[in-house]
Amino acid sequence: MDVSIRKVRKEFDRFAALHEVSLDIASGELIALLGPSGSGKTTLLRLIAGLESPSAGAIFFGEEDASRKSVQERNVGFVFQHYALFRHMTVAQNVGFGLKVRPAATRPPKAEIRRRADELLELVQLSGLGGRYPHQLSGGQRQRVALARALAIEPRVLLLDEPFGALDAQVRRELRRWLRGIHDATGHTTVFVTHDQEEALELADRVVVMSQGRIEQIGTADEIYDSPNSPFVFGFIGDSSRLPVRVANGQLWLQDRTIGLAARGIPDGDATLYFRPHQIELLDGCGGCIAGTVVASRRVAASRRVELEVGGERHRVEIELPAGDPAAGKSRIAFRPKRWAVFPDRLAGQPGLAERNVPGRPEPELALTGV
Amino acid sequence: MAVEAFLSAAIAHSARPVATATGERAGIRLLLIAIALAFLGFFLFLPLVAVFVEAFREGAAAYAASLAEPETAAAIRLTLTVAAIAVPLNLVFGVAAAWSIAKFEFKGKAFLITLIDLPFSVSPVIAGLVYVLLFGAGSALGPWLKAHGIEVLFAVPGIVLATVFVTFPFVARELIPLMQEQGSGDEEAAISLGASGWQTFWHVTLPNIRWGLLYGVLLCNARAMGEFGAVSVVSGRIRGLTNTMPLQVEILYNEYNSVAAFAVASLLAMLALVTLGLKSLLEHRFADAIAAKNH
Amino acid sequence: MAAALTGAGWRFRRPSVIPGFGLTLGFTLVYLSLIVLIPLSGIVWRSASLGTAQFWAIATDERTVKALKISFGASLLAATVNVLFGTVVAWVLVRYRFPGRRLVDAVVDLPFALPTAVAGIALTAIYAPNGWIGSLLAPYGIKVAFTPLGIVIALIFIGLPFVVRTVQPVMEEIDKEVEEVAATLGAHRFQTIARVILPGLAPAILTGYALAFARAVGEYGSVIFIAGNIPYVSEIAPLLIVIRLEEYDYAAATGIAAIMLAISFAMLFVINLLQAWSRRRYGYGG
Repeated sequence: MDVSIRKVRKEFDRFAALHEVSLDIASGELIALLGPSGSGKTTLLRLIAGLESPSAGAIFFGEEDASRKSVQERNVGFVFQHYALFRHMTVAQNVGFGLKVRPAATRPPKAEIRRRADELLELVQLSGLGGRYPHQLSGGQRQRVALARALAIEPRVLLLDEPFGALDAQVRRELRRWLRGIHDATGHTTVFVTHDQEEALELADRVVVMSQGRIEQIGTADEIYDSPNSPFVFGFIGDSSRLPVRVANGQLWLQDRTIGLAARGIPDGDATLYFRPHQIELLDGCGGCIAGTVVASRRVAASRRVELEVGGERHRVEIELPAGDPAAGKSRIAFRPKRWAVFPDRLAGQPGLAERNVPGRPEPELALTGV
Repeated sequence: MAVEAFLSAAIAHSARPVATATGERAGIRLLLIAIALAFLGFFLFLPLVAVFVEAFREGAAAYAASLAEPETAAAIRLTLTVAAIAVPLNLVFGVAAAWSIAKFEFKGKAFLITLIDLPFSVSPVIAGLVYVLLFGAGSALGPWLKAHGIEVLFAVPGIVLATVFVTFPFVARELIPLMQEQGSGDEEAAISLGASGWQTFWHVTLPNIRWGLLYGVLLCNARAMGEFGAVSVVSGRIRGLTNTMPLQVEILYNEYNSVAAFAVASLLAMLALVTLGLKSLLEHRFADAIAAKNH
Repeated sequence: MAAALTGAGWRFRRPSVIPGFGLTLGFTLVYLSLIVLIPLSGIVWRSASLGTAQFWAIATDERTVKALKISFGASLLAATVNVLFGTVVAWVLVRYRFPGRRLVDAVVDLPFALPTAVAGIALTAIYAPNGWIGSLLAPYGIKVAFTPLGIVIALIFIGLPFVVRTVQPVMEEIDKEVEEVAATLGAHRFQTIARVILPGLAPAILTGYALAFARAVGEYGSVIFIAGNIPYVSEIAPLLIVIRLEEYDYAAATGIAAIMLAISFAMLFVINLLQAWSRRRYGYGG
């Protein structure tokens, strides 16, 4: 089932939780809504489910305007972070609940409900636990029951709100792969909310990055990581270092020196350079590079993080070197980012405007050439 | 006017956009509110109003006159005296019991808590009866007490004992869960800093439990002043001597002196209202400090 | 055995740096014994010394049996009414916001604070044939005060807060997500309440029922004014105890008291069993 979110706005009292959000989800797609808390991702999910109604805009399931329907009529499967299992019902009764409450005309007979529940429990690898009560299960098992319960109603869309948020790291990773497997087997259009970027990037076909009630970027894991389109996305996804720079004559400048990176299409003025700490090349002194004094150096697993003070204003930036790199022992290091982006300052920190700006595309070849 | 304002407020709240996932329709809401209010009105509010209406049936002068009766004045004095003895006794007990139960781990603790709650599940009449059996003429103690001229039954000591019995658990059952929830980390810290046991109690424990303590004392006092069944069994109802206010209410009522009976009752009702007022004040202002109420 | 004796495996209490254990526990036990345990054991001792035949005669005396039936019957009825309306009251207080809600919430505790004798005469004044409500009912031939119905009314008053205050906190803890999930699964509001919310509240409601019932069985002050106290018709067991005492028939008074105590403790035991069972089965209790 395609889902189309069209210019949806949501206000709670006077607080705007979502500003005109639009999103098209293809049938069978697995979509992650990723963002920090307060970014509006859960609100968007609840709007799709019908647990909230939009202040403006509409949500379509296929050709049908779902926003005119109540939760009960929408036929969505919803899974909560804390499972929300019915604790006075057995696992099998939980799974069969959605079928049992159907009107008599469409309600399957008891034996059929029982059979469907067993089938789903097998799908979520909980065969034989149908007679247990929720408190007798582990967190991971409970979440699988919640998923089976949502699948039992043959939902048009499956919605999961931080489905693994309450579980410990080990179980999370297992369930993540397992969920992908279930999705590939059943083919449900699935939307899940998470604040864990690793989860989103690993699991989803497309990731929707949200911040302050707006969609910042929509794309595959590669697109989001390699071509972030706003300072927020660059900073939120993966490690990043920042450095205040100036754009003039199509070049990036650190005070009176050029860094050796070309900034095409960026208006002249103050800007911020973003780069990945590990995607840099070291240089021996330079006429076009970033050079700084080493102030701290920490070994982190296979690499070494080095903090530099750059320029007269002593901005601190972090770079990452292979653990054994001899450069780590120096007191002064010169480098140039290999992948980077630059965003004009007057737009930085204003996600709505940043969406519309044209960031400097990462251009490694150009960067390599220097000026 | 008030009804309209009330209805419109109730409807306005209900008539939010139809996200009815976890709410009832406006009509159902209003119906349920109406049922609840009607029920509370008939069973709780109306009796309260009736007390004051009946008390002032023959005017303020008659009301004042009936309160000025020497027997009534004596009953008020006795009630205050009994509460002034019973409440502090149970206060000390409550603190001691809560200290031993909340700050230490020992065998049989759950059983001890059950025993402390015991008086709540005993009919007040039986509470009175146990002291009649213990101190009455037919008991082992009875003749000895009589020989030494000690009066317990049909005298103030018996009334105090019966009152202590029925109000026994109030302070303890308020403090035990509260102190258990607070744990003993603060006390251990104080001891490790060199404080003595008493210093720890006064400067560390007491400030933490004072609102819960007050809450328990409040409920204990209300019951102590209002107890009827247990006291009526042990009192003997000697006018001017062993009549507490609730007993005086009964005597006046049975003598068809309705105004006087309701006048005394109105004093007790005011006590109840003050208790309720302070209680909800405590619950709202110091919700966390008395939070460990598990009932 | 040896371990238990040497204290390696069994200790009366876990060591602690906090002082005062001996003093406070000692005081607690002495006070508890003097005020509660020794006097209560007097009932057991006295009724044990009655002898089987005499005890049986007291227990099967027609007036005793009637009084016990009236006490327990009226209490059962009142507790049932309280469960139905008390749950509605708790629901309204927890879920809805309306002007005066806090006042209504406070008034629920009135029966805890209002002396029973006051409640008794006030209810009598209202429900007597010439009272505010009694006069409305009289034309239809309904008599409340001075009949068994009056007893039920007084016991409803006494027991209401037990139900509301037991159910209310559990209701406040209901996970909203559970209701939302039921809605997404297609359950309509009524189905959600009947199949999800009420079963979840069942242990609390049951506990409230038992507490209201237990309190009602022992109630004396509020009932005797409104009941009319006609032997065999509207005479409750606690009143019969008082009457036997006034007749200096200590044996009969003790016998009836022992029966009531036995039933109360049995109920207390059943409540605890129910809660333990609920915790074991569902992971939560009332």
